[in-house]
Parts: sequence; C-alpha cells; structure tokens
Amino acid sequence: MFHKKSRAAALAALAVSVALIATGCAAGDSGSGSGDGGGSDNLAITFLPKNLGNPYFDTSSSGAKEAIDEFKGTFAEVGPAEATPDAQVSYINTLTQQGVGAIAVSANDPEAICDALNEARDAGVKVVTFDSDTNPDCRDLFINQADAEGIAKVQVDLIADQIGGSGEIAILSASANATNQNAWIDLMETYLASDYPDITLVETVYGDDDDQTSFDKTAALLQTHPDLKGIISPTTVGIAAAARYLSTSEYKGKVALTGLGTPNQLREYVEDGTITAFALWNPADLGYLTAYAAKALIEGDITGAEGDTFDAGKLGEYTVGADGVVLLGDPFEFNADNIADFDF
Amino acid sequence: MTTATASTATPVRTYRDYDRPLWQRLLLTREMAIVGLLVIVAVVASVSVRGFGQPITLTYLILDVTPILLIALPMTLIMITGEIDLSVASVVGLSSVLIGVLTQAGAPFELAIVVALVAGAIAGAVNGFLVTVVGLPSLAVTIGTLALYRGLAVGLLGTTAVTDFPEFWTDLAKMKLGGSNVPAVLLLFLVLLVVFVVLLHFTPFGRGIYAIGLSKTAARFSGVHVERTKLVLFVLSGTIAALAGVYYTLRFGSARGDNATGLELQVIAAVVLGGVSVFGGRGAIHGVIAGVLLIGILASALRLANVTSDVINIITGVLLVASVVSNSFLAWLRTKRRAPGGTARAKASAAG
Repeated sequence: MFHKKSRAAALAALAVSVALIATGCAAGDSGSGSGDGGGSDNLAITFLPKNLGNPYFDTSSSGAKEAIDEFKGTFAEVGPAEATPDAQVSYINTLTQQGVGAIAVSANDPEAICDALNEARDAGVKVVTFDSDTNPDCRDLFINQADAEGIAKVQVDLIADQIGGSGEIAILSASANATNQNAWIDLMETYLASDYPDITLVETVYGDDDDQTSFDKTAALLQTHPDLKGIISPTTVGIAAAARYLSTSEYKGKVALTGLGTPNQLREYVEDGTITAFALWNPADLGYLTAYAAKALIEGDITGAEGDTFDAGKLGEYTVGADGVVLLGDPFEFNADNIADFDF
Repeated sequence: MTTATASTATPVRTYRDYDRPLWQRLLLTREMAIVGLLVIVAVVASVSVRGFGQPITLTYLILDVTPILLIALPMTLIMITGEIDLSVASVVGLSSVLIGVLTQAGAPFELAIVVALVAGAIAGAVNGFLVTVVGLPSLAVTIGTLALYRGLAVGLLGTTAVTDFPEFWTDLAKMKLGGSNVPAVLLLFLVLLVVFVVLLHFTPFGRGIYAIGLSKTAARFSGVHVERTKLVLFVLSGTIAALAGVYYTLRFGSARGDNATGLELQVIAAVVLGGVSVFGGRGAIHGVIAGVLLIGILASALRLANVTSDVINIITGVLLVASVVSNSFLAWLRTKRRAPGGTARAKASAAG
C-alpha cells in the first residue's frame, strides 16, 4: 500500500508543480494590466502590430508610447511572431476578455479579423486600425499614413528638384499588377503632365519586388536610355536595389534616384551621395497619432464620424475624413541631415 | 534475502493490470492525472487571472481548440497503433485553399465542402497506401506529405487569401447554442467523439488498434487486419483534418495556403500529454481530450495574463516533457516496487 501512496503523491506533486508554474507566471503579470474598474475612461490602449520584432512597428510603437505617456494612459504591445491573420484573431479575443480601452491594430487581412474586432467593439472596446486597414465596418477609425496623391506628389517633387525640373526620367516599380504602385504611377503621370511639362517619363519597368530583378532592370534602364537623368522607385525593394547598382556604377551622382524607402536600408547610399532624399511616412508619428485617436474615442470626444476633430498633442488637430479615415499628413522626407534620427 | 524467494509462491494475480481494485484502476491512471491537472489549472486560472472567469472565455476557448480536438480523435487511434500522421496541418491548409479556390470560382459552398473532404480522404489514403502497401515508416511518409500537401496548398492559391464566404456558413461556424456561450461547433465535435469512443473502446476494430500497437505480429496472428486497419485510420485522419480545415476557414474567414501551419505539433503534443504512448498500444480518448483542453486553457489563461506567445510555448513544452518524463518515472517506480521479489529471484538464480 505504501507504494501506491507514493505513486499518487508523485502525481499530485507533478500536478501542483505545473499549476504553480502556471500561476506563478500569471500572478507575475496580472498586476500590470490596468484595471478597467478605474473610472469611466479606461485609457489602456494596446497596440497589435502585424508582427513583433519588426523595426517599422517598433518605431510606431515608440511613438505610441510617447503619446500615451503624455496623457497618462497605459501602453501595451502584443502580437504574433508571424504576420498571419489567425494569430491576430486570438490576440484580439484575449484583449476583448481583458477589457482594454482600445485596440490599435495593423491588420494582416482586411476581412479575416473583422468578426473578432466587431466582438471587441460589442464588448465596449474601441478599435483603431493603423498602417493597414480592415473593412470600414469593422473599426472605429483608420489612421492612414499617407494618401495616394501625397505619395505621388512628393516623389515627383523630389525628382524634379534633384534633376533641375527638366529631362528624362523612368520609374522602377514593383510587379506590373501591384495595386498601390499602379495607382501612384497613374497619379504621378497626371501630376508630371500638369506641373512639370519639361520632364518626360520615358519608361516604366517592373522589378517584381525582387532584389536581383530590380537590380538587373536598373542596369537595363541606364543602358537603353543614355540621357536618363532620374529614376523614381515607389517600392522599398526597388529603391534599395537601384541604389546598390548606382552606387557602384559610373552613373553614381549623375543619375538621381528617389522613391519610397526605409532609413536603415538606404542609410549608406544617402551617406555616400547616391541618394539625395527619399520619402516615406514617419512611423513614430503614425503611432503617436493612432494613440491620440484612440484616446479621443475612449473619452467620447469623437465617435469616428466624418467631420469629428480631435487634438493630437504635438501633431496638432486632426479631422476625421470620409469612411472614418484620418490622414497623417504629407509623407516625410528623409535626407542626409535627418536620417541619423531614425532606426527602422 | 533468501526468504524473499518465498514471495513467488504467494497466490496473487500476477497479471499487472488486474492486481489492483477497480477504483484504483479507474482513478490512479495517467489520464485521470491529466484530468485532475486540468481541473486545478482551470480553477487556479479562474481565481487568479483577471478576465478568465467570464463566459466569453469559454466561447473563445472552444472556438480555438475545436480544430485540435477534431484532429486529435483520429490521431489518437493512429498513435495507439504506433504510427503517426504529421501531415494533418497541411491537409487543413489544403482543404482551406480548396474551399477558397472553389468559392472564388463561384461553386456552391456545399460542393466546396464535399470536394475538400474528398481531397482530405485522398490525402489520407496516399499516406495510408505508402505506409501499409509500400511499407514505409509513417514518420518519413508523413513528413514528406506534410511538405507535399502544404506545397500544393500554397501553389494553388499563392500568397493571396480568399476572404469572401457565404455569411450563412461563417455565421454557422461561430453560432452559439441558444442563448448560451457555447459555440454550436461543439455539437459537431461531440457527435464525432461518440463515434470515435465507440470505435476505439467498444468494437473489435478498436481492440485491434491496441493489439497492433502492442505487437503487430501478435495482432496479425490473432486475426487483426493490420494493414487494412491502418489504411482506414489514415483515411479517417485525412478526412477529419479536411473537416477541421473547413471549420478553420470559416472561423477565421480566410482561406490561405499557410493556414494552420504547425498545428500538427499542437495536436501531437496534446495527444502525448493525454497519455497516449508514442510507442503505441496505450492511451484513451478521455485523456487526450483533457490534454487538448489543458494546453488550450493554459495558453488562454497565460495570454490573458499578458504572457508572450514564446513563453507560452516554453511552458507547453516543459509540460509535455514533464509528462513524458513523469510517465517513465512512474513506470520505473512501479518496477522498483515489484523489485524485491524479482531482483531477489534474479540474484538467487544468478547465485544458483
């Protein structure tokens, strides 16, 4: 009989130890969740980026944290390791259960996380999307980093400035059916025709957002068009590949290059003079504005209706546009003077 | 020491499984240990984790673990025969993609479900054919088909996702029973549960499954159709995985090639935790259900307590290793307990 007892005791010991591990972890963290019983305004705002460990979202979260610290809310960031919609769903479910004040999410799929977000809203959680939107009926607000017109305009202005307002330019795009890029290219063509009649767009080539293809297409462009003065690449893969080609070629400093890129991938080319300036939105400002929009929703200052205005700290006042979209503003220009301030 | 030899003469029943009273045989089992642990974790979580004790937790928990519960049923049977099916998550992905592609092409959703289930059955039959007829080890076969089926899934749909499904079906997947918080999909699982419990524990087919796991040769000589049994199990596994794929697609409202990647490991972890021996011949369905729920509740509670997914994986992993180790430890304890007579006899015979 003694032996049987020892076996039961061993089982019990195992059970208790696992339970202790589980509760130990739980107890350690449960204190940090801000109470939802603390008054009417629950300023616990949780950011749910596409995935964690992504420098772009690290930057946006740092902006969000700065904003939330300013208005003394509680900042938290959770997210999956891989950017998949089903992983985001379980995080949204958890946040719903926790009863946070608002979820700020960058959607991995416009449709798939919809139901989970609507359940959260039914439970009284405000939902703000940023960077990547869901369907408009699944969220209260979308903080749009930049609109198509702004993106097209800034790139054309940059290249026009760099080549002196006249000459031949070309575009190195992503794939031939990339929705965003095609919309931007259409707008660029219109804007070029109306504001810069002396600039001719000689060719648009497609690097398929593949580093090697983009590299080869850049080389081909420069050989086919010996008078080419500038290249616009409205894709982060394309601009980096083009910069890599230009920086080691005879065209360095003679053919201007601009487009959409991130500071980390283009830092060395800005420093060696291949690129004078390029554009992108500032993710830190995006996170900052998202946090203030969430605060305004939680406090009931706005409902997400068109025409609502709210205060966004250092960024000033913003107005909600059609479909509950708030536009961050014009894209941000990165150049040799400010690139050292960014790490994403 | 010499007197110990006398113990061999005592008239106790030596057949190990029947030398204890019934209540002990029912309660002092590995399965009940997991059930007990499940209860403890659930109670502790409700008390200490804020937000865990609310009804919506149950809803989300059931929605989350349903695919694992479904696939764990045939997986239990397969693992009791000593085989394994690692391709299940890829079949989920393939089924999801087929649903997506057919819906996109305008086919009726019912047809898409049928095609997905048939594809799952074929996928399972391919596994079963390679294991039973060709005679390859299931570990190798299903690692191969894990890559193969996932490749087909991603190849069919690329990196895009289909997200437009009939609202009737997506609502059905998330519908709750009456006014309660229990999702209706639980009924689907309960029906299958009854089928599998009867199949495994109350039919000659089920006894054959245990016999195969204990000794394939002995089973064959006892009249068990070893190959046919395994083939049936692999087809079942593929079909149920495809069914889980249909559910998964509707639950998350998106058909993607990478849906449910890595799910096979969660299923196998739960099955092993639930007391099924990886060497076959041992295991019961109630233990497996408890295993799935234990991992599900633990993950749910830890997520609520803001523990990151990496840490949750670590804890699940430790739990799994601990359960396997404790199993060996208890077995060792049991042999040690029986040792006085045995070793003495061995010594005596060695001396003699």
